Amino acid sequence: MTTEQQVLDRIERARKRAPKVREERVTLAHGAGGKASQTLIDDVFVTAFRNPALDALGDGAVLDLGLGTGVPRLVMTTDSYVVSPVFFPGGDIGDLAVNGTVNDLAVSGARPMHLSAAFILEEGFPIGDLRRIAASMAAAAARAGVAIVTGDTKVVQRGKGDGCYITTAGVGLLDRPEALGVAEVRPGDAVLVSGPIGDHGVTVMLARGDLDLAADLESDTAPLHSIVAALRDAVPGAVRMMRDATRGGVATVLNEIARGAGAAVILDEAAVPVRPAVSGACELLGIDPLYVACEGRFVAVVAEDGAAEALAALRAHPQGADAAVVGRVADDPPGLVLLKTAFGGTRIVDVLVGDPLPRIC
Amino acid sequence: MRFVDEYRDADKARALSGQIAALCEPGRHYKFMEVCGGHTHTIYKHGLEDHLPETVELVHGPGCPVCVIPMGRVDDAIAIAREPDVILTSFGDMLRVPGGTGSFLEAKAEGADIRMVYSPLDALKIARENPGRRVVFMAIGFETTAPSTAVTVLRAASEGVSNFSVFCNHVTIIPAIKAILDSPDLRLDGFLGPGHVSTVIGCRPYEFIPSEYGKPLVCAGFEPLDLLQSVHMLLRQFAEGRCEVENQYTRVVPWDGNARALEAIARTMELRPHFEWRGLGFISHSALALREEFAAHDAEKVFDVPGVRVADPKACQCGEVLKGVIKPWECKVFGTACTPETPIGTCMVSSEGACAAYYNYGRFSRAALAESTMREGTRA
Repeated sequence: MTTEQQVLDRIERARKRAPKVREERVTLAHGAGGKASQTLIDDVFVTAFRNPALDALGDGAVLDLGLGTGVPRLVMTTDSYVVSPVFFPGGDIGDLAVNGTVNDLAVSGARPMHLSAAFILEEGFPIGDLRRIAASMAAAAARAGVAIVTGDTKVVQRGKGDGCYITTAGVGLLDRPEALGVAEVRPGDAVLVSGPIGDHGVTVMLARGDLDLAADLESDTAPLHSIVAALRDAVPGAVRMMRDATRGGVATVLNEIARGAGAAVILDEAAVPVRPAVSGACELLGIDPLYVACEGRFVAVVAEDGAAEALAALRAHPQGADAAVVGRVADDPPGLVLLKTAFGGTRIVDVLVGDPLPRIC
Repeated sequence: MRFVDEYRDADKARALSGQIAALCEPGRHYKFMEVCGGHTHTIYKHGLEDHLPETVELVHGPGCPVCVIPMGRVDDAIAIAREPDVILTSFGDMLRVPGGTGSFLEAKAEGADIRMVYSPLDALKIARENPGRRVVFMAIGFETTAPSTAVTVLRAASEGVSNFSVFCNHVTIIPAIKAILDSPDLRLDGFLGPGHVSTVIGCRPYEFIPSEYGKPLVCAGFEPLDLLQSVHMLLRQFAEGRCEVENQYTRVVPWDGNARALEAIARTMELRPHFEWRGLGFISHSALALREEFAAHDAEKVFDVPGVRVADPKACQCGEVLKGVIKPWECKVFGTACTPETPIGTCMVSSEGACAAYYNYGRFSRAALAESTMREGTRA
């Protein structure tokens, strides 16, 4: 007779297995930000490209240019945007592409400086829409204090694209002394989110028009450099790591923290800010808001004694009025995210396997 | 959120939890089956078992509509999807279910036009918008989803949408419960009856369970307090020496069901003589097919469906899990060969499946959790 403990050990061994892509072709799940995406990245790309800057697998790579100590280091990041529809309440693919890259730099601890922008356009895409997207990118860049300094344009035949795809890359300067990253996370640290989660993902789902649902919701897309700076100024040295909660949502970020730090994250469901319209839509679809994408929210881990000040600093910022301490880092069980449910129970919050798929009943 | 938060109140849960413990006869172990996959999901999502005494055990039943679809029917659907000019439409949670040769997602990646829809009416809309294509809806589910398929077929027929058909895999709950009750290895004390199915069929069809098998059933809703109250109602029946069908979910479930929904099903569908269930094998008169009158909208008549039969993998014990004979983690391949990333059985694929729910939400023993949260609490 197998004991429960033997099964738990078995699952832990399964979790620690080297990731391997078993499918013969790429499926949509490989792009959804969950386990399938991680497996693809680890098994195909990291294996092929392995180097010290990549191995950290952060939002941005810290580049050692060999200029010696005391010189600010460079951080580089890149991201592609394939959102459909390209215009949605609260934003469009253009400001999303700028904000997303600015945010990857900001949560890496860098001051965003310069961006590139590459466009893959489908034959027939309206020039008027492209002007609108470019204007929106320019406005977002101005807001974030970055310049779009180089780019590229390709056009594919009608039917070979989805209107407009944008890839942005960004560089920023790492000019603060403190180290950031999951390796800095310690048991006892507080886990904060900068605002209500899931607004972007649910807004885009509703904007697709597949569901006969309407809600007064806007994407949360926004540059985070200013609120990140406010947080770091308020508690110098106390911020352990930050990450923006894009595809895969807050749950995926927390799992990366738990696994990377070899610690547990104990999350308090009642403390997680979720707008009623988001939780309502998620309820109807059978989707957990913890897995829904944000584009203007970040998760921060802060030393225990700085948590109150950090929360006050976030809430004092115009983008952080609804910021909250949502959990703590604990030493056990290592590598797992546990949720204390609002109902008074406890459960595991795992990494999503593929896309969050609606349940039928 | 109104009409939701009221059913997730932790204080009320604690109060009910105390009442449940008080009803338990000392030294007695109670084993109740939650028939519906939605119940399993709620139990794990909200950590409901933390509110139950160790002597009240919940086991998972056959009511996950995705879990009971045999692999061969998935392969049949993929064969249809690979026919020229076909668009196969499906609910989201079927997309990752493996057939013998792969899943819908993999077939889509290989070039089949497979699209996710939220309702069969969306599939009909795709058919109207693509008159040059043949649009097939992969219909799955118990009596919960069968009425919407029925209404869609009626609408397609009345509007003459000739390029729309349904690959009908609807199953019915009563034969499945009966198969479980007739199982020689059954050790159950009662049932938490499926709430969604009962909105359509009502409570009356379950009356044979107490009268012929001597097991009580409480028709249960899907919020965590619904389930706790249903457990309380079952235990109260034991305490009072009763054995009957009771309806906890009265805000939604009428005793005699929904006549219009039943009529739509009866108008368009009839019982198949036999249907194979994943893990449970062939069960007589347990599934629905479209009536001859609607042959033009029946994918099994429109297409040359191969009728693939794929034996369940030998190592997979989905059947025992679905019958509540073993807990998911007692299956030989649970957590080793069979994980959410590499599912062998459907119970691990569907988010409503018992194995996926156990793996994703509940694979930690209560003792370890209690210890961990206590330590965290003292630090805070």
